Amino acid sequence: MFQVIAARQLSDAVFEMTVDAPAVARKAAAGQFFILRADEHGERVPFTFSDWSADEGWIRFVFMRVGVTTHKLSHMAAGDSLADLAGPLGNATVVGGLGRVAVVGGGVGAAVAYPVARAMCAAGDRVTVILGARTAGLLILREEFEALPLEGLVIVTDDGSEGVKGLVTHPLKETCEQRAVDHVMAIGPAIMMKFCAATTREYGVPTTVSLNPIMVDGTGMCGACRVTVGGQTKFGCVDGPDFDGHLVDFEELMSRQRVYVDDERSADAEYSRGCSCRV
Amino acid sequence: MPERAPLERIADFAEVNLGYSDQDALAEAERCLQCRDPKCSEGCPVGVDIKSFIARILEGDAAGSIEVIKERGPLPAVCGRVCPQEEQCEASCVLARTGEPVAIGRLERYVADHDLAGALEHRCRPAADEPTGRRVAVIGSGPAGLACAGELACRGHEVTVFESLHVPGGVLVYGIPEFRLPKEIVASEIEMLHQIGVKIVTDAVIGSIHTVQELLDEEGFDAAFIGIGAGLPVFLGIPGENLNGVYSSNEFLTRVNLMRAHEFPKSDTPVWRGRKVAVLGGGNVAMDAARTALRLGAEEAFLIYRRTEDEMPARREELRHARAEGVDFRMLCAPSEIVGRDGFVTGIVVTRMELGEPDSSGRRAPVCVVGSEFEIECDTVIVAIGTRPNATLGKAAPAVGLDRRGYVVTDDDGATDLPGVYAGGDIVTGSATVILAMGAGKRAARSIDGWLASRG
Ligand SMILES: Cc1cc2nc3c(=O)[nH]c(=O)nc-3n(C[C@H](O)[C@H](O)[C@H](O)COP(=O)(O)OP(=O)(O)OC[C@H]3O[C@@H](n4cnc5c(N)ncnc54)[C@H](O)[C@@H]3O)c2cc1C
Ligand SMILES: Cc1cc2nc3c(=O)[nH]c(=O)nc-3n(C[C@H](O)[C@H](O)[C@H](O)COP(=O)(O)OP(=O)(O)OC[C@H]3O[C@@H](n4cnc5c(N)ncnc54)[C@H](O)[C@@H]3O)c2cc1C
Ligand code: SF4
Ligand code: SF4
Ligand code: FES
Repeated sequence: MFQVIAARQLSDAVFEMTVDAPAVARKAAAGQFFILRADEHGERVPFTFSDWSADEGWIRFVFMRVGVTTHKLSHMAAGDSLADLAGPLGNATVVGGLGRVAVVGGGVGAAVAYPVARAMCAAGDRVTVILGARTAGLLILREEFEALPLEGLVIVTDDGSEGVKGLVTHPLKETCEQRAVDHVMAIGPAIMMKFCAATTREYGVPTTVSLNPIMVDGTGMCGACRVTVGGQTKFGCVDGPDFDGHLVDFEELMSRQRVYVDDERSADAEYSRGCSCRV
Repeated sequence: MPERAPLERIADFAEVNLGYSDQDALAEAERCLQCRDPKCSEGCPVGVDIKSFIARILEGDAAGSIEVIKERGPLPAVCGRVCPQEEQCEASCVLARTGEPVAIGRLERYVADHDLAGALEHRCRPAADEPTGRRVAVIGSGPAGLACAGELACRGHEVTVFESLHVPGGVLVYGIPEFRLPKEIVASEIEMLHQIGVKIVTDAVIGSIHTVQELLDEEGFDAAFIGIGAGLPVFLGIPGENLNGVYSSNEFLTRVNLMRAHEFPKSDTPVWRGRKVAVLGGGNVAMDAARTALRLGAEEAFLIYRRTEDEMPARREELRHARAEGVDFRMLCAPSEIVGRDGFVTGIVVTRMELGEPDSSGRRAPVCVVGSEFEIECDTVIVAIGTRPNATLGKAAPAVGLDRRGYVVTDDDGATDLPGVYAGGDIVTGSATVILAMGAGKRAARSIDGWLASRG
């Protein structure tokens, strides 16, 4: 059992959880993820570290409530326990020697972008962060980003309720046009990463994306996480999660993410019926 | 052995074989000739003293019988069910020359099940040797790791098993279905290991939390055994293989066996329940996948295999069971493309094959019949064509010597080229059998014991 040390709600459907997991925390690195099971009936579900402390033995992650597992997690509080937690999985994001980097974080992707931007700063890269959200209320971890030694922090909201109105691809395009960037790291929903990669391709700026295919074991045993990169099949969990965004088949990724939608919807409806929170 | 009727058994996941009654077992044991020079034991990869254990059954001494088996065979309730006996012990029985060999596997299962039904404290092996104060790390809790751990614990060493999944047992829990090997049995064998002091840490991915070298250098272990299996699924590399509805057998079976997707939504893990399921392959794994698909409600499950039934590597009993349950065999067909609509599988294109001249292995190699492609309608494809070394090996033990195909190289005693590091099971041999993996784990345990002793 893995004990929840702290849990808080960051925005409407976004939560942050800190869990006691000393063995995992000791080896965690930016860009890596872990797999948890909420309870004994739980699915194995991957989340990326948003922070960790090797010394204090905890890991932290930010999640959006989208289905049964994240719904269960959203009700947990300090003192509760997760049935299982295994990691760190996947390869760490390559940092250092990149020069000027634009790190784009969309939605909960911002939480994943945070340790990546932090590691890049620490490794001597010059980092500009572009944070995107649908609306001001959904922006997360802004203070944490502000505390980093960034070259710039650009906030973008779809409805203009905070920062620039529009999509993250607008400031990204400008940065590319001004030749102000040597590398782009895009983390967020598949559709956002797809458009970021399409934007940077025009300018030939190398672009890394952090993919989130459906997984089961996370150790290369099942192949659920297959993604096509440069015409070749890769396993997201052991070959990634970071890949060259210009080579990823995003259409396939998005299609594969939808394979269980009907089941997921009915399962969440069923769970919600028995749940007092009425989301 | 009595078995449940096909139509009844495909409605659930309960065990197909029912096991012997006392009378059946006695009658079968009486068929044994108690040969002066028993050939049967030579056919068993771990050399179980078959003649003696059968003699104990005849004497009504079940407890004595299980002791005889356990001297050599670590998990008899498992082996009695899943060993390919018809190629091993039973193939070597003298009676096989003239007729039916003694049903050794079934008798082994009978004795083991009786034992499992007894109180746990009576089942444990006699008290372990004096504690040696030596600590051994076992990586992977499949049959190789479990057998190694048990043997080391009996020799007085302190053993910790590290397992990356949330349940120990390896393929015994995530691969082989409940209807062939009830998970309770595996759990009960594992409980026995706990009783003799083996510590099992689940959710522990070696290579992630520690490397093997760190276990030895920093975590205070004196030796390590690598038993991580050959779990990486192989795909065909044909177009359409990443469509929704295409599974590796590992994923499909794991969703059901380990994650209990057949109980969805009580269990949170879903599985795509196809109506027409095509399984590619002809081994035990393919049979398990097809039979599992039927139990999930498929109207049709068929195997697509390049050669003929004679060449299928699956156990004859599995073939027979699969056929009786309605699995259809499409022989001499090679898949060339999976087709789909809106991202989901709708069919598979296959090419007809003919058996040509015998190849180097003596088997007649299949050759394509030009222009014979045709499409078979299906909404699920399960690829069961084999596996490769577990993908975590590179991070867990980057320095260990590997062969050309990426498997760990060991000597006959299971020693790798790294001091204090041993290996066994599928990660050394490639995908093989439960009993070979157990044998390798046990053998390595003995050499680890010797190595620790030699270091004083
Ligand atoms: C490497 C990786 C890192 C991730 N990091 C984060 C993160 O930091 N924060 C976050 O909010 N989300 C993250 N995700 C996505 C997260 O795993 C899914 O949101 C989660 O599975 C939803 O589970 P659910 O039961 O609540 O919803 P469900 O209703 O089960 O699923 C909703 C959607 O989530 C995806 N999904 C479902 N099951 C899985 C699965 N087993 N593996 C992966 N995706 C699945 C599918 O696209 C599905 O349509 C990550 C995914 C991957 C692969
Ligand atoms: C579907 C199926 C049906 C089969 N049917 C039969 C049968 O009827 N009869 C028969 O004799 N054989 C059968 N086999 C083959 C048999 O199961 C295997 O040969 C045997 O399980 C190999 O044992 P092992 O201990 O080497 O590896 P495995 O059983 O594969 O166990 C390896 C374990 O190591 C864990 N692991 C991997 N990497 C790490 C890591 N880095 N850190 C920690 N843990 C790790 C894995 O999670 C796994 O639990 C079947 C196989 C399959 C897949
Ligand atoms: S362990 Fe397997 S091969 Fe050996 S006697 Fe038992 S069933 Fe036969
Ligand atoms: S070879 Fe057959 S008949 Fe002879 S002892 Fe062994 S099991 Fe009995
Ligand atoms: S999640 Fe199973 S292989 Fe990647």
